[in-house]
Amino acid sequence: MNSAEFLLWVRGPGLNIALAIFLIGMLIRLLEIFMLGRKQNLAELRANGVSAGLRTIFSRSTPADKNSMRHSMFTFIAGYGFHIGLFVVIFLLTPHIQLIQSLLGFGWPALPTPVVDLFTVIALISLMALLWRRLTHPVVRYLSTPQDYLVWAATFVPLLTGYMSYHHLWFPYSWLLGMHILSVEFLLIIFPFTKLTHAFTLFISRWYTGMMAGEKGVAS
Amino acid sequence: MSKATLDRGVQILKEQIDAPTASFFSSCVNCGMCADACLFYTETGDPAYTPINKLEPMRRLWEQEYTLVGRVKKLVGLSRPVTDDDLGEWSEQVYHACSLCGRCSMVCPVGNDISYMIRKIREGISAAGHAPEGLVGATTRAVEIGSPMGITMHALNTQARNITESSGLEIPFDQEGVDYLVLLSSMEVINFPEYLEAIAKIFKQAGKSWTISSEAFEATNSGIQIGTSDIARELVSRVVEAAEKLKVKTVVSPECGHAYTAIRWDGPNLMGRRFPFKVKHIIEVLDELREEGLLKIEGIEESCMTFHDPCQLVRKGGVIEQPRNLLNMIATNFVEMEDSGKMNWCCGAGGGVSAIEEAEEIRLKAFNRKKSQLEKLQVDTLVTACANCRIQLEEGLEVNEMDVPVVGLTEMLADHLVED
Amino acid sequence: MSNNKPLGQALREQGVSRRGFLKFCATTASLMALPPSMVPAIAKALESARRPSVIWLSFQECTGCTESLTRSHAPTLEGLIFDNISLDYHHTLQAASGEAAEAAREAAMEENKGKYLLVVDGSIPLGNPGYSTIAGISNLEMLEEVAEHAAAIIAVGTCAAYGGLPHANPNPTGAVSVEEIIKDKPIVNVPGCPPIPVVITGVLAHFLTFGKLPELDHLGRPLSFYGNNIHDRCYRRPFYDKGLFANTFDDEGAKKGWCLYKLGCKGPVTYNACATIKWNDGTSFPIEAGHGCLGCSEPNFWDMGGFYNALSESTMDLSKSAAVGIAAGAAAGAASGLLNRRKKSQAAAAHETVTVKDLTREEPS
Repeated sequence: MNSAEFLLWVRGPGLNIALAIFLIGMLIRLLEIFMLGRKQNLAELRANGVSAGLRTIFSRSTPADKNSMRHSMFTFIAGYGFHIGLFVVIFLLTPHIQLIQSLLGFGWPALPTPVVDLFTVIALISLMALLWRRLTHPVVRYLSTPQDYLVWAATFVPLLTGYMSYHHLWFPYSWLLGMHILSVEFLLIIFPFTKLTHAFTLFISRWYTGMMAGEKGVAS
Repeated sequence: MSKATLDRGVQILKEQIDAPTASFFSSCVNCGMCADACLFYTETGDPAYTPINKLEPMRRLWEQEYTLVGRVKKLVGLSRPVTDDDLGEWSEQVYHACSLCGRCSMVCPVGNDISYMIRKIREGISAAGHAPEGLVGATTRAVEIGSPMGITMHALNTQARNITESSGLEIPFDQEGVDYLVLLSSMEVINFPEYLEAIAKIFKQAGKSWTISSEAFEATNSGIQIGTSDIARELVSRVVEAAEKLKVKTVVSPECGHAYTAIRWDGPNLMGRRFPFKVKHIIEVLDELREEGLLKIEGIEESCMTFHDPCQLVRKGGVIEQPRNLLNMIATNFVEMEDSGKMNWCCGAGGGVSAIEEAEEIRLKAFNRKKSQLEKLQVDTLVTACANCRIQLEEGLEVNEMDVPVVGLTEMLADHLVED
Repeated sequence: MSNNKPLGQALREQGVSRRGFLKFCATTASLMALPPSMVPAIAKALESARRPSVIWLSFQECTGCTESLTRSHAPTLEGLIFDNISLDYHHTLQAASGEAAEAAREAAMEENKGKYLLVVDGSIPLGNPGYSTIAGISNLEMLEEVAEHAAAIIAVGTCAAYGGLPHANPNPTGAVSVEEIIKDKPIVNVPGCPPIPVVITGVLAHFLTFGKLPELDHLGRPLSFYGNNIHDRCYRRPFYDKGLFANTFDDEGAKKGWCLYKLGCKGPVTYNACATIKWNDGTSFPIEAGHGCLGCSEPNFWDMGGFYNALSESTMDLSKSAAVGIAAGAAAGAASGLLNRRKKSQAAAAHETVTVKDLTREEPS
């Protein structure tokens, strides 16, 4: 298979397959969670819980307090460097917005490509820092499973190949673009079966924790 | 004949897994931030005490039983089933090195309530017969005698009589239709008898009617600590029946942490019905009395003092301002510890840890966190509102040769009541 | 009709000066990315080149390639060179027709056995030979027959090189490229829809000079002309790098000459010389005229997702698989969720009340 055929495949059947598997897998996971249900709280509630649940979805993005941030400073900075970089890259880069627009029917303004390029670098460096931490910090290394490393690679490669594509680094562009799209397809396929689901389920868990705390009138 | 088996434990764990639990396990990314918040990790440096790690058997069970990918892994032989050894091994992490303080739940970036799940895994470990001996003993005494420390009505009656003799205050038993049904924790009865005298004094001044039920005086719910809902239900139902029989308006939980959680939040869910009475912590009651102007206080405490927030009262109970309101009535030199209020560090002995003899070493190591909090402040007095915290704090301070007296808040208030 | 006059003599007879001839050789050398030291060798080779016989077969094509090559505004050196190749068979340009034309072809093949150049434009239908025939002979048969004793094959245009337009989805005629049929001859692909004129003359000059075909890329194209992609040589590249894109063909960005990525330009994946050599003697090329590159020198460029859809978009309509995914996911998820509920309620039903006696293990499990 030459690079032209490869590129056509990943832009066509590849995307179809990856998208279908991603949607099927995520829906299964979400329903598996929700249908387990939660028993009604019969204690005398201090509050309704809904507003606390909604509030917690956003407030958990900031540290619990100053000292907690201090204790976990590395994870905060690298974690946010990666997530913010990733967000900017995925949603504020022109080619990506074109793709989303072709799928959803609407788009939005993009950031200048060199700016997104900078965020890509930030994301890549943050990811490498996080890998280093996962390999060296006693707690994180203890918790880590092979899946943690697989997911790291599956997230790193799309960012790297995207960067290489834009900069036409070392390989012909057709191969770079093809590898970039293929790596994204790989990420989509493993997404619902790994901890990557957190990208969606964190809203559910923050909601539940906030709601259960709000019912007791405690902070969350 | 004991029915404890691995299978029983596993079945109960399956029952326990609900939508919140499933969402929590789906969201955990192994970032390790929960460890930074847990004093059992920070004071030992042992990564096995990372909060989310304490749940590993339950996580595996969830994956294998309740997810497609887990079921497929099981089919192709890629999953490790939860074994009896797993439950036995994890007993230490779940019971010795966790007080259900809930600090981890506050910091998890994906919003996992880890202590909620620790409570659940205890259901499975205890049903499989792997709960620690000390807790089993306490629970057995609680069910069979009526108190985890083996206190009988005889002992309580004697104490009541002593109080009446020395102070002239009545300790009413089994009175119907009163304002408050007062519960007592065995820890208080044995170690801090001043508490009973204090509330007698305060209620008399405030003009509130109250009583103790001779059928159900124990506040501490060992069932909650060991994590066996069936037993917790049995214990709490005694209180509920007594409260309904005596037709009281409010049940008052004493200065104890998990006792409050047990009756205030878990009770109705264990019994499967709402309560016809209210449930309050003594500190909530005292603050209400203060608001209504029924607390007549005189004198001031000049010593430099701080308040240790019992986890179940503050972070998990939502009673944060009330102790400070009360302290402000008498303290002129009150200072807050760094990390106070909802982010306070646990004393290290809650949730059953203090009942486990083998946990003594780690419990005292955990105290080092409180020690460093106090050393930064240099206070003269440490006030708290939980008898279990008090014992742990006193022991920890003694072991570290720190000369800081620990005082119960209710007791301190009672000492400042205007004498008639 | 063949003519054995040396090329140099033929040129002189037509009034081309030695100087002009050398200038052409120098231009050819630089186009081919050959060093100036090669110019004497080229001159010598071309000077004494016996005009090789060229048989040009046109299959499923639009004649655009021929138009591109032979239609020039004024007689140019390229045109003259072309005149001085013995073009023994070409549908559009030959004077003969019918049986006489086929006879001329066969005679040229016999006379120059093993030495003639075969040029092909248009794709070959494999679906049914009747789709395209010449004098009753199917394209496939004629190609195989003529290729057998050819020295080399030049596949001119994307149709001959990769199947081109007939090959586009759903390829009703079963169209294929030359290299899919002929496996045992050197083949140069000179794709483009159509290719640039000087590209073919450059290839021919190389063959005449060295007796073999130039260095090719992985798709069989001469590296000297197809070695760079449009994107890397596009004068609008700075706009791409800065992220300035035209959104429509007549908005502010378009008027300012911004990058045409969003309007479907396939420049980044297209290898050709348009951005450097350009068209009409260096006048312009599509992007300069304000239209995105179609990618016409690439295989399957008709199926690359639409001329006006960006490279980042899918080539297929994803909404169907999205709908299937959502429906299947909901169904499978509901099933999995129901399984979960059943398992949980079974566990609850099997629950025996735990008493204090059951808190200690008495026997191994």
